[in-house]
Amino acid sequence: MSIRDQVRTFVEENFILHGSEAALKDADSLMDTGRVDSTGVLALVAYVEETFDVEVGDDELVPENFDSIDRIVRFLEQKQKETAA
Amino acid sequence: MIPKLSADILHLDAEAVAQRLTARLRFEVGQTLGKRGVSLGVSGGIDSALVMMLGVRAMGPKNVVALAMPERESSPDSLELARELTQAAGVELIVENISPILDAAECYRRRDDAIRELVPEFGEGWACKLALGERGGYQITNVVVQAPGEAPRTVRPTARAYATIVAASNFKQRTRKMLEYFHADRMGFAVAGTPNLLEYDQGFFVKGGDGLADVKPICKLYKTQVYQLAEYMGVPKSICSRPPTTDTFSMPQSQEEFYFSLPYPQMDVCLYALDHDHSAAEVAEVIGLPESQVMKVFSIITRKRAATRWLHMAPIAIEAD
Repeated sequence: MSIRDQVRTFVEENFILHGSEAALKDADSLMDTGRVDSTGVLALVAYVEETFDVEVGDDELVPENFDSIDRIVRFLEQKQKETAA
Repeated sequence: MIPKLSADILHLDAEAVAQRLTARLRFEVGQTLGKRGVSLGVSGGIDSALVMMLGVRAMGPKNVVALAMPERESSPDSLELARELTQAAGVELIVENISPILDAAECYRRRDDAIRELVPEFGEGWACKLALGERGGYQITNVVVQAPGEAPRTVRPTARAYATIVAASNFKQRTRKMLEYFHADRMGFAVAGTPNLLEYDQGFFVKGGDGLADVKPICKLYKTQVYQLAEYMGVPKSICSRPPTTDTFSMPQSQEEFYFSLPYPQMDVCLYALDHDHSAAEVAEVIGLPESQVMKVFSIITRKRAATRWLHMAPIAIEAD
């Protein structure tokens, strides 16, 4: 499964509520759409750290890296590049 | 026309407000709820002190039962202040030590186990608290721990540990409420809740804990107004001058650290302005913060309201029809 598919599955299983019909687009803000609060962000961080074996520093815990599926994927790809380098 | 926003926009006519609140409290407790008086927890803080004074003025000191409910992590000041308050007003103070109930419910053990997921060496003699931290747009609550004789350490929690720490700490508020209802039932009284407008609006209470009550006399008063009215109604100076605290954790914790992002006088003005169609620019000028920060506070207020809406809901009665 691609990074995008894995992240999407995690978000859908953990933050999309029963009866929530509007489809979440990969570019949608997770905070602004009310799907992820500040505790949810901690769950996202734990998920990416455990699943993708990366460490998220305090300075990386920002909406630019975590506020949409697109951003999380971009962040993870960047982290993997850094590790590979 | 919207009145111009100013720093003293929340200033009250204290006597007029005291009269209206006490008349309404007497009516609601007696006529709507069919009770003779009120039971309430007095924490040594200003909100519960004001509610108690309103109850005394509305129904007389014999119809108010005040409970101090310390546990082993409470500040010793809290009980002393509760004594001073009730003695001054001629109200009976009942002291209920809730530590044995919390031990039986494993409140401390559950919380400490969750902290040990983050800090394995956390143990006997250590202190802890939660403290709001700003991280580039996210308001993440950190766990702060302190070993005996050492400096405090701030740790970013996992979602699971954080939720468990909060859930375990909520035993404290729910245990206190259980005892308030015990004494209310025993006396034929109602339970008076003590949230102010800021706490009530932003969901800064535990459902079934400090959020549970039959009547909430000050939930439409901004914190600034609580201070003004408390002073007017003779709440002891020692309480009026005490900085607000949650008194929930073993390390001193201000309410700003736990829940609010600004000191309460500034939060009050932001909340008022948002609800009365004042712009962030007007607020910025009045409270002396950058407009961008005020806009961020507006957004936090709106989000908190949405996130805590369920706390205000009565149980939903589901019908098959």
